[in-house]
Amino acid sequence: MASKRSTDELRERVVLGEFGVRNVHTTDFPGNYPGYDDAWDPRRFEEAFRVDVVREEDGVLEFDMVGIDAAIANAFRRILLAEVPTMAVEKVFVYNNTSIVQDEILAHRLGLIPIRADPRLFEYRNQEIDTLQFQLKIKCSRNPQAAKESSDPNELYFNHKVYSKHMTWVPLGNQTDLFPDADFRPVHDDILIALLRPGQEIDVLMHCVKGIGKDHAKFSPVATASYRLLPDITLLQPVEDEAAETLQKCFSPGVIEIQNIKGKKVARVANARLDTFSREVFRHEGLKNLVRLARVRNHYIFSVESTGILPPDVLVTEAIKILMGKCQRFLNELDTVPME
Amino acid sequence: MAESGERKAALEMKTLWHLFFPNLWQVQADGTDGNCVTFVLHDEDHTLGNSLRYMVMKNPDVEFCGYCITHPSESKINFRIQTRGSLPAVEPFRKGLNDLMGVCQHVLDTFEVRLLPEELRSLLGQERLRTFDTESLIAFSGILCLILV
Repeated sequence: MASKRSTDELRERVVLGEFGVRNVHTTDFPGNYPGYDDAWDPRRFEEAFRVDVVREEDGVLEFDMVGIDAAIANAFRRILLAEVPTMAVEKVFVYNNTSIVQDEILAHRLGLIPIRADPRLFEYRNQEIDTLQFQLKIKCSRNPQAAKESSDPNELYFNHKVYSKHMTWVPLGNQTDLFPDADFRPVHDDILIALLRPGQEIDVLMHCVKGIGKDHAKFSPVATASYRLLPDITLLQPVEDEAAETLQKCFSPGVIEIQNIKGKKVARVANARLDTFSREVFRHEGLKNLVRLARVRNHYIFSVESTGILPPDVLVTEAIKILMGKCQRFLNELDTVPME
Repeated sequence: MAESGERKAALEMKTLWHLFFPNLWQVQADGTDGNCVTFVLHDEDHTLGNSLRYMVMKNPDVEFCGYCITHPSESKINFRIQTRGSLPAVEPFRKGLNDLMGVCQHVLDTFEVRLLPEELRSLLGQERLRTFDTESLIAFSGILCLILV
């Protein structure tokens, strides 16, 4: 029975020891464990798999995926970061730039501004219909009504701060007919692009195209997408009194709670999910053998934060569809080949 | 003589493939029965490589499955499958791709259901009603039988 428990631990937990991490790799492949049927069974997968949405607010989506392997969870994360397409400024035509910001620096900054345009409406072709044109034309001038002794630039000058709200969409071709009620603009109005002084002016035309994060990070639709494995803290022996207090301080707040049982203070694991695994426990000689720190191998806590172009739940569904598209591409090639 | 013939055949297959199928090459190794094949997948990296390797390894007919990125500057992977017995290696490859599609489809369906709370609640409500109806029908018919008997 002990050996079965240790086999289960090998299969289901990644154990954090004092000096290293054990059982990192997935080993449940057919033939590795006698007595276990590890061949792929879609029904078994569908029964064990579940998704729980924990939090969805303000462009951040936190959800749990339980019952999936690291390879596939990581594939979703990689696709979210690098392969979900968006629209961003690619070509900047500088007609006049007398500001202190160099042309190339200005173009780089314009490229990084997130553009609110649904990329699914556009293709990757470099034609007029798939390009969004924006214009930024602004000139700074002196305010004649400003007080003589004032040194506040907001009073002294007009238009001295160039914000992303000054970018206007200029429809190309028949885009006004294709997108009659579309409002293409940057996601945020208050992104500071450059500072000007009287007499300086910026007059640029920008072309936005569809691209993916692999090509340039400006096309990445997420602020970040990450996952962590669910922590699993087990107390191997009962911990009481002072040791319980020290144990509670070793973990993040809320993980260990102290209960009063028959006058004695006993520690209990309340919510292991909150822990960030600082491994402070291993610095206390008396406590380090009383606790087992582990992570559940197939429970992933995803956190997806969008830049505002698409809501995070749409991003996750797009990422899953992109992985399906990759498989379909190779299946099509296999099917059209004369098999030898 | 036989060796050069086989080598020529592999090269020819490579050029034919290269013309028609720019993304998936097949380089045969070790004999002509197709047990051990290295697929060269273009424009791919760890994203598809690792997830496909996991799905193919879950197949009990596969003796060896691995992938590697030949050079970080080129975006292509060598994906090798060796099968037990005389099963052609293309079969586990195809099955792995289909299984991965199935996983993605199921994840997509589960995720979309989880995201729509009102619809989910109404679906759950309908199911509860349905089960209540069948249960009450069974109970009613049971009581009827008892009364009749």
